Amino acid sequence: MQQEVTLALIILLMLVADLFVKESNSKILRVLAYVLLVVQIAVNIVPAETSAFEGMYHSTQMASVVKTILSLGTLLVFMQADKWLGREDTSFKTGEFYILTLSTLLGMFFMVSAGHFLLFYIGLELASIPMACLVAFDKFRHHSAEAGVKYILNAMFSSGIMLYGISMVYGTCGTLYFADAAAALTGTPLQVLAMVFFFAGLGFKISLVPFHMWTPDTYQGAPTTVTAYLSVISKGAAAFALMSILMKVFGIMVEDWTLLLGIVIVLTITVGNLFAILQKDLKRFMAYSSISQAGYIMLAVMADSGQGVASLVYYVVIYIVANLAVFGVISSIEQHSGGKVERDDYNGLYKTNPRLTFVMTLALFSLAGIPPFAGFFSKFFVFASAFHTGFALEQTGYWVVVFIALVNTIISLYYYLLIVKAMYITPNDNPIPTFKSGVMERAGLSICLAGVVFIGLLSCVYQYLTDTALLSWVS
Amino acid sequence: MDLEIHVVHYLVVSTIMLICGIFGFFTRKNMLATLISVELVLNATNINFAVFNRYLFPGQLEGHFFALFGIAIAAAETAVAIAIIINVYRNIKKIMTDDVTDLNG
Repeated sequence: MQQEVTLALIILLMLVADLFVKESNSKILRVLAYVLLVVQIAVNIVPAETSAFEGMYHSTQMASVVKTILSLGTLLVFMQADKWLGREDTSFKTGEFYILTLSTLLGMFFMVSAGHFLLFYIGLELASIPMACLVAFDKFRHHSAEAGVKYILNAMFSSGIMLYGISMVYGTCGTLYFADAAAALTGTPLQVLAMVFFFAGLGFKISLVPFHMWTPDTYQGAPTTVTAYLSVISKGAAAFALMSILMKVFGIMVEDWTLLLGIVIVLTITVGNLFAILQKDLKRFMAYSSISQAGYIMLAVMADSGQGVASLVYYVVIYIVANLAVFGVISSIEQHSGGKVERDDYNGLYKTNPRLTFVMTLALFSLAGIPPFAGFFSKFFVFASAFHTGFALEQTGYWVVVFIALVNTIISLYYYLLIVKAMYITPNDNPIPTFKSGVMERAGLSICLAGVVFIGLLSCVYQYLTDTALLSWVS
Repeated sequence: MDLEIHVVHYLVVSTIMLICGIFGFFTRKNMLATLISVELVLNATNINFAVFNRYLFPGQLEGHFFALFGIAIAAAETAVAIAIIINVYRNIKKIMTDDVTDLNG
């Protein structure tokens, strides 16, 4: 409970600070946000298992680790936002940005550590309502408003569908506590239908195919920093929540939901990859890329084991650093070049901004899963966990899914390399001129770069996650 | 003739509301009408919760409370959605979905 309490305190502090700090001094707010978030991470670094509200709130050690990871990711997003928030047309709403972002983070905290469907639902909404405000944050830019409308309508619709599923769980079990519902569920067709409704609702949040329609539009229209936040933090939290509920509550229908997941994973990865090839706008391109990455994350859910839990969290960590590195570069270039986000704008970038190009290249290699970088290890463990479960259950279906995912890794390599090719090889007479990014942007990118290079090589990270997962999920 | 109202009658109503909501969400062209369709879906779930609680588990209050929270959160969502729709209207003076198609591909 400590993590939520400290975060709520931080939100209150930011609200008060926003009242007293003058618009011209918005730098104070930015510094305050960094300091408070670092404090938040530091005081909650030791994972603890807590329970509150008579079991409505139940945070396992793994959930605690996930919350720390999400806070770290948010800190990286804040670092990237520095330049954008310092701009004249956004600096007067700096306070709002931090309050809204931290509110969504608080919602995600409740979401990953809920022990009751009501708290889970409230957490989910706390995570998605301020998110809609963030997506529509650039008030006078029409694209931002359009993206916001598409996001909020889809979010409402998906939570409606999810609620209908929860109401069926309630009708058949008479309780909404995860533990009691798990004991009362028997796997009747109505309960399977409830699980499918619930899955569809959360599938919207994680943007799995066929529930992905809002993703490209929202990602393209939202401010780049918000897109980065939406693509890693929001998705990671929703994926972890979906996994823990499928495993904890719907454990009895494991055969039904692994079949469902298998079909959805194959669709998600394939459709995400094929559409990504066609994109010219980099933010839209990253949207389709993140759809296919969501498919890989779901492979770990399909594994339904302690190994799966560990590899999901591991995947999310590496996905956060790699994706935030890409978005950091995109946002840096967008801010310094007057809004250039097309792939063709990046032609010849190597000549003028070699360091940014280098960061972008390594991050893209990591997303594609090329060996020495972290992305390779995360993909490896995810595949291994799904494969291992298939082996233990002697079901070839798992192998088919893993094989299709493997083939798709090669397709994804093609489109990630298209950007690398544009930056290094394609000649361009007027490349984006050389610029110097701010201190915070550089610090954020350096952390991401270090993560991309070292997290995979430091085997203690994965070992730590596995130990924690086995403590939380004895299976 | 037995005219008593049972769970199943309420469920028929709520299922019809759900289907209408889903259908409306995909077919309405006005964004406000889309919003109303979503409200139909949310209210269908509220009926479900209240009815299940009243008829199947009369000894507890969990379902009623869930319905209450559902209403409150739906109101918050609607407020934000309408605020954003108003912002779209301010920017382009249109709120039909056919006109809000700058982002596509």
